[in-house]
Amino acid sequence: MPAEPPIEVPVRLSEAYSLLAGGPLVPIAGGTDIMVRITGELGPVPERMLDLSRLDELEGISLEDGSLALGARTTYTELRRSTLCREHAPALVEAAATIGAAQIQNRGTLGGNIANASPAGDTLPVLLAMDADIEVGGHRGERRVPAAGFFPGYRQTALAPDELILRIRIPLAAGRVTRFRKVGTRRAQAISKVVMAVSWRAHGPSAGWSDVRVALGSVAATPIRAAAAEAALEGARPSPETADAAAEALADELTPIDDVRSTGDYRRMVAARILHRIVRDAGGW
Amino acid sequence: MTAIRFLVNGSPVEVDVPGMRRLLDVLREDLGLTGTKEGCGEGECGACSVLLDGQVVDSCLVPMSQVDGRIVRTVEGLALAARERGTLDTLQEAFLELGAAQCGICTPGMLMAARAYLDAGGGPDHDAIREGIAGNLCRCTGYQKIVEAIAAVAAGDVA
Repeated sequence: MPAEPPIEVPVRLSEAYSLLAGGPLVPIAGGTDIMVRITGELGPVPERMLDLSRLDELEGISLEDGSLALGARTTYTELRRSTLCREHAPALVEAAATIGAAQIQNRGTLGGNIANASPAGDTLPVLLAMDADIEVGGHRGERRVPAAGFFPGYRQTALAPDELILRIRIPLAAGRVTRFRKVGTRRAQAISKVVMAVSWRAHGPSAGWSDVRVALGSVAATPIRAAAAEAALEGARPSPETADAAAEALADELTPIDDVRSTGDYRRMVAARILHRIVRDAGGW
Repeated sequence: MTAIRFLVNGSPVEVDVPGMRRLLDVLREDLGLTGTKEGCGEGECGACSVLLDGQVVDSCLVPMSQVDGRIVRTVEGLALAARERGTLDTLQEAFLELGAAQCGICTPGMLMAARAYLDAGGGPDHDAIREGIAGNLCRCTGYQKIVEAIAAVAAGDVA
């Protein structure tokens, strides 16, 4: 039988903050990442747990202050069903649909994807591409951290040990388009070999792009933005020359590793081709 | 240890177990409902699929602290409604008729995922069915007969 570490089940956020102030606890929401750790096969078993499932404060999807606000406990299934998400963050809906399958989507949460901080976390490039903020809180107060600065190192986050992820805020931007693409071994239940989200703003199909974001997962120790590819696209129209230049810039700046799921060479080539295809589709040529 | 109360296949139960015990272990070890199988124990294979408040979940990934006050349905409960008529659930009938089971280890989970798919209004389209059961691995059948059995129920071809 797996280990059964003690678990606290607060019913209010303030109670959760007090518990966290008293010492380290491993939060659990949908459990799709954490429950695998209680077997001990993947490293040390958490000593004490904090069940987030009764905290209503972490639920809900709404529009607030020009942003789409998503509670940390929003599941992938809820993302997929949300009209607000489909309208304002369709790329996030697409990403959610590629994670696991029904069993995982019904349980896994957006906050959990962030807290787990896997370089292959499929929603993370979308959050980076859409300039999302992560709102975190604890007994010392609440603060917002840009998604692009939330992952300082391999499987590390900007969270202090006594903080929780509360909600994710995606600013609404007029004219912004975001595209998502994941490449894995199969369509369901696959961990990404390469996952990418690209966003930009343009006034019409032949206009120049602005505010370009190219974000990737599974090609570095953390989810990353690709600065050279972004520079190649910024201000440019989605022409064949632009696509070639951006794809080449991306291939040049990525240094992915070989591992059990893919090779560095494959990842670099595929990432460049995905970006090329996204630009081509946008240009309609 | 905490008293955790919930409904299993329509009957109220109370167990006194650690909050981090897996729902899978409570079903099999504490309640003797061994229809639910453990395959991988890490949410990859779907053998332990059950319905939690009507949604299909991997019971190996659900801590008991999150089951308090909720409704669990396992493969043992699948035929409950049909039992008064002396039959199985139409899905079970379809699996039997169309040869959708071989070794059987995936079958309980496959049935529960299919039940969730149909209860959510899923139709006979094979691609949609394949997405519905994408979280359930079968190493025997090649899936074709499973998909056909679910499609037959969705299309109303099984009484």
